[in-house]
Amino acid sequence: MSSTSIQPSPSARALQDVREGWGQRELWGHLGWQDIRQRYRRSLLGPLWITISMAVTAIALGILYAGLFGNSLEEQLPYILVGFIVWGFIAGCINEGSEVFIANVGLITHLPAPISVHVYRLIWRQVLFFVHNLAVYAVMLIVFPQPLGWASLMAIPAFVLLVLNGAWVALAAGIVSTRFRDLTPITQSIVQLMFFMTPIVWIYGDLLNSPNPSIAERARIAEFNPFLHFLEIIRAPMLGADQHLRHWLVVLAITVAGWALTFVIMRRYRARVAYWV
Amino acid sequence: MVSIATRDASVDFPIFNAKTRSLKKTVLGMVGGNISSEDRVPVIQALHDVTLDLDHGARVGLVGHNGAGKSTLLRLLAGIYEPTSGTAVVSGRVAPVFDLGVGMDPEISGYENIIIRGLFLGMSRKQMEERVDDIAEFTELGDFLSMPLRTYSTGMRVRLALGVVTSIDPEILLLDEGIGAVDAAFLEKARTRLSDLVDRAGLLVFASHSDEFLRQLCTSAIWMNHGRVKAHGHLDDVLRAYKSPEVA
Repeated sequence: MSSTSIQPSPSARALQDVREGWGQRELWGHLGWQDIRQRYRRSLLGPLWITISMAVTAIALGILYAGLFGNSLEEQLPYILVGFIVWGFIAGCINEGSEVFIANVGLITHLPAPISVHVYRLIWRQVLFFVHNLAVYAVMLIVFPQPLGWASLMAIPAFVLLVLNGAWVALAAGIVSTRFRDLTPITQSIVQLMFFMTPIVWIYGDLLNSPNPSIAERARIAEFNPFLHFLEIIRAPMLGADQHLRHWLVVLAITVAGWALTFVIMRRYRARVAYWV
Repeated sequence: MVSIATRDASVDFPIFNAKTRSLKKTVLGMVGGNISSEDRVPVIQALHDVTLDLDHGARVGLVGHNGAGKSTLLRLLAGIYEPTSGTAVVSGRVAPVFDLGVGMDPEISGYENIIIRGLFLGMSRKQMEERVDDIAEFTELGDFLSMPLRTYSTGMRVRLALGVVTSIDPEILLLDEGIGAVDAAFLEKARTRLSDLVDRAGLLVFASHSDEFLRQLCTSAIWMNHGRVKAHGHLDDVLRAYKSPEVA
């Protein structure tokens, strides 16, 4: 496992950590499943509760906001549902990422393993949550059919990008917030706030095309919100809506920049995590 | 080739209190530009300039008072702590046995815990499944292996953990004391199995306060004192020096 014959450079060690962590797929794959089974152990429906609670929340909010905004239910509900499922993944990666090493203090100080193992486990768990929630999406497609086509397959690379970004955010936020413990609550508050600032319950296109020009003008500010782009690249194909290249370009740029930043953090502080936890 | 080589390896722990660990303080401190020495993070030097060469076949006991650096040294050798200065090069597959409870999930069965613990130690699922029978036999847990771990007594957990680690043929075995909660009969059995394991393992480092246990497993010893290697030599010589009254 930890077999080092020469002293590699910090950069090589950072890469080695990520690579060896990936090599321990059996471990984090198992632990990720375990986490989900654990949460619903001894409950009758088990992990089906993930699906049920998502369905209840999305339907209730769909009905509420369809009424408030005066939209039809078949427009509002699918929009909220898909937005909610995707947001659940994004928020899970960030919130749990900011305490991923703090939560695993026992394992980190007792067993030699690449620190990336804990991040892989977290991301895998979030992927599994996402897949459970896709069941709600499938039912929704039956009740409210969407104009899906070949372009809808873009949801797959979009999700891959979401996963790649979730991984660097968890790794970077995990390391930094292990050092600065205030960052975990700060991060979680920001994520909470971003939920309202991102078009999840409110429909972005409707505001852009608002008859009131000042609302349409203000809606454009949302383009500065990076989460909007992440949501758009996957929600648009899942709802068969028009897709825009600019969202993809922003997400790709963030992916590259984010991993570059994370690599710098890994190179500099990876070995300190065991000291800080 | 199994070996451990450290050169002037030091391990310094920063001790963050709530003040220094907060981002606010760091930011405000930078803005104010007035960081007095009182605000500096205090550091505990857990290990200081440790230079060691251990080769295949070494069976080393670690002795020293509480807080002398035994556990930290074991963690350094396991690769958990990378030295803050100096180097530590460990070649070989390491199996650390520090805290027998870590990595054990109380809600899942003993059988599943065996698999997970093996995965943590770098084994594959298949390799662990091949070893389950052997572990079941050694631990004498029988039907309890299919019960959740929370139903186990402390001694039963120790049996399980020992069963796993002694089944995986590590090249470097790092043992920290804490194997006390088992009954005498099992302890005897565990010692035999540990001795066997040590014969097969390339290298053993064992921290213990029990002379008897040390004599059974080790040939040489390292005496740690205040984070430094105070003596390193033949087990009896080191033990004699350690026990001699003038150092107390």
